[in-house]
Amino acid sequence: MKTLSVPDLLGIKYLKKEDIDLIFETADHFKEVINRPIKKVPSLRDITIANLFFENSTRTKLSFELAEKRLSADIINFSAAQSSVKKGETLIDTVNNILAMKVDIVVMRHTNVGAGVFLSKHVNAKIINAGDGAHEHPTQALLDSYSIREKLGAVKGKKVVIIGDILHSRVALSNIYALQLQGAEVMVCGPTTLIPKYISALGVKVEHNIKKALQWCDVANVLRVQHERMDVKYFPSIREYTQLFGINSALLQEINKEIVIMHPGPINRGVEITSEVADSNDAIILNQVENGVAVRMAVIYLLAQQIKK
Amino acid sequence: MISPKILLSDKEIQVILHRLACQLIENHDDFKNTVIIGLQPRGVSFAERLMQLLKEDYHLHEIQFGKLDITFYRDDFRRRDTPLQANETDINFIIEAKNVVLIDDVLYSGRSIRAALTALQAFGRPKSIELMVFIDRRFSRNLPIQPNYKGRQVDVVNEEKVQVKWKEKDNEDAVYLVKNKTK
Repeated sequence: MKTLSVPDLLGIKYLKKEDIDLIFETADHFKEVINRPIKKVPSLRDITIANLFFENSTRTKLSFELAEKRLSADIINFSAAQSSVKKGETLIDTVNNILAMKVDIVVMRHTNVGAGVFLSKHVNAKIINAGDGAHEHPTQALLDSYSIREKLGAVKGKKVVIIGDILHSRVALSNIYALQLQGAEVMVCGPTTLIPKYISALGVKVEHNIKKALQWCDVANVLRVQHERMDVKYFPSIREYTQLFGINSALLQEINKEIVIMHPGPINRGVEITSEVADSNDAIILNQVENGVAVRMAVIYLLAQQIKK
Repeated sequence: MISPKILLSDKEIQVILHRLACQLIENHDDFKNTVIIGLQPRGVSFAERLMQLLKEDYHLHEIQFGKLDITFYRDDFRRRDTPLQANETDINFIIEAKNVVLIDDVLYSGRSIRAALTALQAFGRPKSIELMVFIDRRFSRNLPIQPNYKGRQVDVVNEEKVQVKWKEKDNEDAVYLVKNKTK
């Protein structure tokens, strides 16, 4: 009988390979559940989950909310924009007030790096990190790996290139940890300004030529250009970025190799990826979204299993 | 350690299987509107054996058969010492307006069957649900659930466990009475 080795999901960094295997096995069962006529199981009917989003999110929030509902948990939603955070309340106070309403699990997205770790040390609830600043986004990395496993049979031994804005990306860091833990090779590709200086210390390859990167890989995970996180100009123009790092069908045809195309969304169509590629059969972008619900159900279910009543 | 007591031998099990198959045929005729669903994990072995018998000895080749896992529907989630591990659910048909025969190996507290009844709702509204168990431990029920078909009724104390073994899984057909380890 298996259980997760961690009490919270704060980052992939804290997980073991066995944890990821267990999450995926459990997600397989939930994927079957969400494809039934009635897509709901009553497992978590006595669990209450608070979704705290201190930063905007659409799909992650929806995906978590749906996963929680499919497990029959009670949920409360909170977004910083309409809250007392604006009135100067601290994070611990906000969360403790919510926990006083007998909440068992907190799903949190926060602009500050390490907000989840901080919270886990101060409050008595299970914490799931739904993205902390430019640090980690563990459930996204898990669903990415799950989608690769589903498409290619395994993650081990695969070559994955993460393309684009690595510097501001929590998806990139969590993906690097997750892929390496499962025995995949990882490369990052993007403009010099958007690749962290010491990233090779994580054991990843660095490439600035998109063609070479694509020739090398089995899977290309294309990241969004995050305009909102860029305080200064990191590249001369969008047009230049698209020309140098954009994925289009002409480029893929030239390489003439089967590459699985992934994107965590939301897509800037015509910037990092053309519509033609994003909507092609090589792209598993919508599978990622579907798998996101199953993987999040698995994570919540496995953490809830540790709560003693 | 006291050696386990044998409750049913290979030969007795074969007789019971044939009897249960005949009882099913008596009530469901050609199984046109009936589906058989085995409960994971141990009920499936029993159900598969019965399916094989219905096919080979009674020439019923068209019976719809599914496997149901009830892990996510149990009422003891987080109340057990060991975490539960899910099994595969494989029901690729809708049970709407069908007669369902639910199959499990041992009926004890009735809680698994309660969970199974809830789980089945996810696959449609059946016309009826019947329960077939190989062993009915009749004095240990927590819920008002009784089988429609039973292989053998046994009266054992709560400290004892009934184990049903199948050739495909355990290399023998036998039913044992085992003393639980002291708590």
